[in-house]
Amino acid sequence: MILTVVGTLLMVIEPLGGPRWSRLYGHIALLGLAGALVAAVSAYSTPGPAFSGMLIADGFGAFFRVLVIGVGILTVLASYRYLGREGVDTAEYHALILFSITGQCIMVTANELIMIFIGLEISSIASYVLAGYLRDDKRANEAALKYFLLGSFATAFLLYGIAWIYGLTGSTNLSAIRTALLSRDSTASPILVAVSAALMLVGLGFKVSGAPFQIWAPDVYQGAPAPVSAFLSAGPKAAAFAVFLRVFMTAFAPIGPGWEPLVWLSALLSMTIGNFAALTQSNIKRLLAYSSIAHAGYVLVAVAARSETGTAAAMFYLAAYALMNIGAFAVIVHLSGKGERFVGVDDFAGLATRQPFTAALLTVFLLSLIGVPLTGGFFGKFYIFKAALESHLVWLTVLGLLNSAVAAYYYLRILVVMYMHEPSEAASEAEPLGAGMKAALVLPALGTFVLGIFPSALLTFASKSAVLVR
Amino acid sequence: MTLLNLVLALPALGFLALLFVPRDKPQVIRALAIAVALIAFIASIGLATGLRSDVPGMQFATDVIWIPSPEIHFHIGIDGVSLWLVILSAFLTPICILISWRFIDKRVKEFYAFLLLLEFGLIGVFISLDLFLFYVFWEVSLVPMYFLIGIWGHERRIYAAVKFFLFTMSGSVLMLVGIIYLYNRAGTFDYLAILNQMAGGKLSFTPGQELLLFLAFFIAFAIKVPLFPLHTWLPDAHVEAPSAGSVMLASVMLKMGTYGLLRYCVPMFPEAARRCAPWIIVLAIIGIIYGALVAMVQPNMKKLVAYSSVSHLGFVVLGIFSFTQLGFDGAVYQMLNHGISTGALFVLVGYLYERRHSLAIADFGGVATPAPWLSTVFMITMLASIGLPTLNNFVGEYLVLQGAAQANFRWAVFAAIGVILSACYMLWLYQRVFYGDTPEPVAEHVYDLNRREWAAVLPLVAMMVWMGVYTPSFLPPITRANTAILDQSRMNVRFRVALPPAPYLTAREVPRAR
Repeated sequence: MILTVVGTLLMVIEPLGGPRWSRLYGHIALLGLAGALVAAVSAYSTPGPAFSGMLIADGFGAFFRVLVIGVGILTVLASYRYLGREGVDTAEYHALILFSITGQCIMVTANELIMIFIGLEISSIASYVLAGYLRDDKRANEAALKYFLLGSFATAFLLYGIAWIYGLTGSTNLSAIRTALLSRDSTASPILVAVSAALMLVGLGFKVSGAPFQIWAPDVYQGAPAPVSAFLSAGPKAAAFAVFLRVFMTAFAPIGPGWEPLVWLSALLSMTIGNFAALTQSNIKRLLAYSSIAHAGYVLVAVAARSETGTAAAMFYLAAYALMNIGAFAVIVHLSGKGERFVGVDDFAGLATRQPFTAALLTVFLLSLIGVPLTGGFFGKFYIFKAALESHLVWLTVLGLLNSAVAAYYYLRILVVMYMHEPSEAASEAEPLGAGMKAALVLPALGTFVLGIFPSALLTFASKSAVLVR
Repeated sequence: MTLLNLVLALPALGFLALLFVPRDKPQVIRALAIAVALIAFIASIGLATGLRSDVPGMQFATDVIWIPSPEIHFHIGIDGVSLWLVILSAFLTPICILISWRFIDKRVKEFYAFLLLLEFGLIGVFISLDLFLFYVFWEVSLVPMYFLIGIWGHERRIYAAVKFFLFTMSGSVLMLVGIIYLYNRAGTFDYLAILNQMAGGKLSFTPGQELLLFLAFFIAFAIKVPLFPLHTWLPDAHVEAPSAGSVMLASVMLKMGTYGLLRYCVPMFPEAARRCAPWIIVLAIIGIIYGALVAMVQPNMKKLVAYSSVSHLGFVVLGIFSFTQLGFDGAVYQMLNHGISTGALFVLVGYLYERRHSLAIADFGGVATPAPWLSTVFMITMLASIGLPTLNNFVGEYLVLQGAAQANFRWAVFAAIGVILSACYMLWLYQRVFYGDTPEPVAEHVYDLNRREWAAVLPLVAMMVWMGVYTPSFLPPITRANTAILDQSRMNVRFRVALPPAPYLTAREVPRAR
């Protein structure tokens, strides 16, 4: 709620303020997000259904709300300098981010397919605009258009699936669908239920960029402005996974054995395609896009486990992933220079000599993405594959972990150029870290270590709330 | 806080402290690094004197919960085998700092920070008694070594560093699968608790499961050892690494693999280990002979030493998979010997490189004339490496051969060929580098050892002699620990429930399985 108000407020005051106030918009957005954070936490203290059962304030929802709002805060922090550099520091940008997060907050707490759909639309439409935010940039326009076309297509699939399941069970409430599917005298034909589940799988598979619906991701992440790519790869993805888990673990749990092989296959394809395609990328945004496909694959492994530990593992992983990925993208934002000239892997050359602190932080994020112990990424992977082994997905575990060894190669490549090559133009030109950027880098790095050394607090919370999703 | 905690914590604290020293004060950085490393070494000697012979099982143990769910303990402790490997790590780190004193002149701060972080990881690997903790340290030690090779190495350093990282990583993810699987079966990551459950018959595997688990661990360790044919990363990594990196890599890091085989593969999966033993021994013997033959034709000194490592480590694996007391003792002793003598070889080759800026054997000749002391020290080290009686390697090789002969005489015969070959390549190397005419560049650039270099290499020479002539200082704790491992391994195979638990296991109660 707060988000919408602040977002609208921002839209209104923009014409009044003029360019002198450009920083202020960011501050206001931050305030709004902080307010929303407080509201999200306090909503958790009074759990229960809200808005006549359309939304549900449970631990699972609160977890993802805090996550997406946190992603929003980091994105805003990382955007200050960037927007100034590109000369687009308007209030619109922040308003769009706030709207998108509002949509995601609705998605993650929705207990109702229609609410899910509404949240998804709010979030997606804002994201489409954000992706094309640099109006004069050809790539950004291409990205926005692609994102929009494919995105609407996927949403249509989802909507079709919703309509179908409504026709079959007479309800759009997730728990009601579950009950209807479980009841003996259900008249719904299993084939039609399967079709509707498959339709929704396609729609959501697109949103989480799981293979074979991942085609859009590299182009969009590469074309969109760097802070927006950071946002897209963490926020909407986490929210989409939340929906994924809720829909499939709650509503479609009764037909679990049916969809498990599909998710299994999608997980394996995502990991393999993501990692192998990333091996040959020279544009760092594109590289991280493929890596994010691969990471979606890891989370899908947790979904395929179809257990509470799996859900908890997915939640933990998404939190760890959001931190490390936003951090890595923030470094790109910092280095890219005006007009995003420096987004090649080679532009990171010699960063360690010029800005050892930035390089060290990026090292933390990359090691976490590789999955080296004492970072959040490691525990995330560990919990996921532990859950998968508990559910006897031995082959998926072995292939997944081998995949993560492949992934090490392209992350190492960035470390190599950063530490072992002579400084490039980009590294020499990079300005010192601004306050906002510093916060956007140090906070996720600290978070990555906290998750890597003391993961139990978050995991306990995740396990507790995972029980609620059923 | 036990002494063992202190030994583990010191390098980590040193690492953190180094991060806060300004980078324009290299002298302060070096002084701090060596001070920390020396204190850690002195503390580690306290472990040797404090290890009691009348107490069975793990000593200096600490067991606290690190992560409550899934229950992961910070459980450390040492027995006679890990004791000496910890001391070896703590002993070689100050030496590595000394030999890098002048040689490393760029990014000094990061170099010493990584070196201490490496020491932390290595010591952690040898003292972990929780499989998860072990895996954490195993991976943690990988990162600093990657940077040591990649930043301060020679021309093809990046290739070597990445190859090193990927080889080890692909092996260790399989081990992670194995560890998680064990946890799901046993309900604990605790090494002693798992052994206890196996001994009590609570935890047992079908032969197929056991074989797969064994392989998951074995491949990770075999890559690290490295066992033929998984050794290809080693020559690259050794040749490209800076001297300190080569020393730590050869002397300590390779031992992570053999230590893992002895500590985890043999007692936890005894039947699979015995079933695979003939194959593994064949690979080990191929490694011994192949490594020696390839070493013989190397034009590059570091590569020669690297291949000799493949050969020497083959002995260690042979000893372990002979499943005899002598074989085990010899294997552990040989791990330490190889650490000392090959470490010394890399130090000396590093000295030659600092002088002549080349590693090619052809660029040297007649070094004995301008640098007589350097030649003498090299001679002693070389003889130790060949296995001359009264120097350390002889003891280890003899024990391994004896143990192998007890198991199967033919193995000993083939392995002994390796000993002969090692004399060939080493003596030939020595002849080409130190004797003959002294070419102009050698006479001009090569000078004798200075005081700092003496300080680094003298302790190594002293250890070669000490370990060669007076084994009672070292062998008894090793033997005791090995007896326990062997008992454990035997018991798990044949008399699963009949025997009372080995003394090894009495240190800890059986935790409830989940």
